[in-house]
Amino acid sequence: MTPTYSDLENKIVLVTGASRGIGNTIAKALASQKAHVVFNYRGDETKAAALKEELEACGASKVSALNFDITDYDKMKESIDAFIKENGNISGLVNNAGISKDQLVMRVKSEDIDSILDVNLKATMMLTNHLSRNFLRAKDVSVVNMSSIVGLMGNVSQSVYAASKAGLIGYTKSFAKELASRKIRCNAVCPGFISTQMTDELSDKAREEYQKSIPMGDFGSSEDVANLTLFLLSQASRYITGEVIKVDGGLYI
Amino acid sequence: MEMQEKVIKIVSDATKVEAGNIKGETNFVDDLNLDSLDMVEMMMKMEEEFGVEIPEDKTEELKTINDVTNFLKSNAN
Repeated sequence: MTPTYSDLENKIVLVTGASRGIGNTIAKALASQKAHVVFNYRGDETKAAALKEELEACGASKVSALNFDITDYDKMKESIDAFIKENGNISGLVNNAGISKDQLVMRVKSEDIDSILDVNLKATMMLTNHLSRNFLRAKDVSVVNMSSIVGLMGNVSQSVYAASKAGLIGYTKSFAKELASRKIRCNAVCPGFISTQMTDELSDKAREEYQKSIPMGDFGSSEDVANLTLFLLSQASRYITGEVIKVDGGLYI
Repeated sequence: MEMQEKVIKIVSDATKVEAGNIKGETNFVDDLNLDSLDMVEMMMKMEEEFGVEIPEDKTEELKTINDVTNFLKSNAN
């Protein structure tokens, strides 16, 4: 069940990492709310065109595909600035793009740390910081950072990923504090075990083990995460900022 | 209207301080109690009004109305 947030209609919202998984569901959910959905992509024009078409079919008031890699800061700035000049201010941002490489701490290489922190943390900060001047001009601004339950509780083989997601929480709170006087909000979402392609590939035994650890007994869906994200982007949450909200079926109580 | 007058008008509109009470030597922080975020917004307004880009690191050097006016004059097209 997804409510309709009338203020999301025509709202310009940028979603990173919208090509698959949770980001894709969020982009589609925003499209269903008739938002102007903006997503970035890295090079593959055919896939970007297909996603654009899909989002238009979901009901988006407009869809814009921007060609930039979030770790290519010059290109990101150029692309974002050109978009704003043509379309007006972006008032919603979902920092969802993220990567992971699971491995034991003794096997983590320096370049693994660099690449995970670059995408999950630095790129998010660079993009959000760059947009902050635009946010000062925009109305009803809300930023949603996709953290993770492992950023709160840690996880075996995910030390770097967990560090990046914990870092996002610190960034979220600082950004929220710094810009709250201008009614610019920023919150973090921490998904727990969410059904994705990755969890579908688990063996039955592994799946059962995971499910046992979740008080509500099952994985969440990407729609569960999208529902919270819509609420946080809408003015229905106008007095909520700097908050960290879990979507985890009670996993980390 | 002279550039100095325009600058004072923008500052007056934003701070609600009467234009007559704002002089060339008026300091944004000491006299008008602006914080760093207020300053960013003030410079954004100047950029929009005069079409001159004020780099972020330059903002810290612009402490008074005179500083801003001189910067805008020397960087205007």
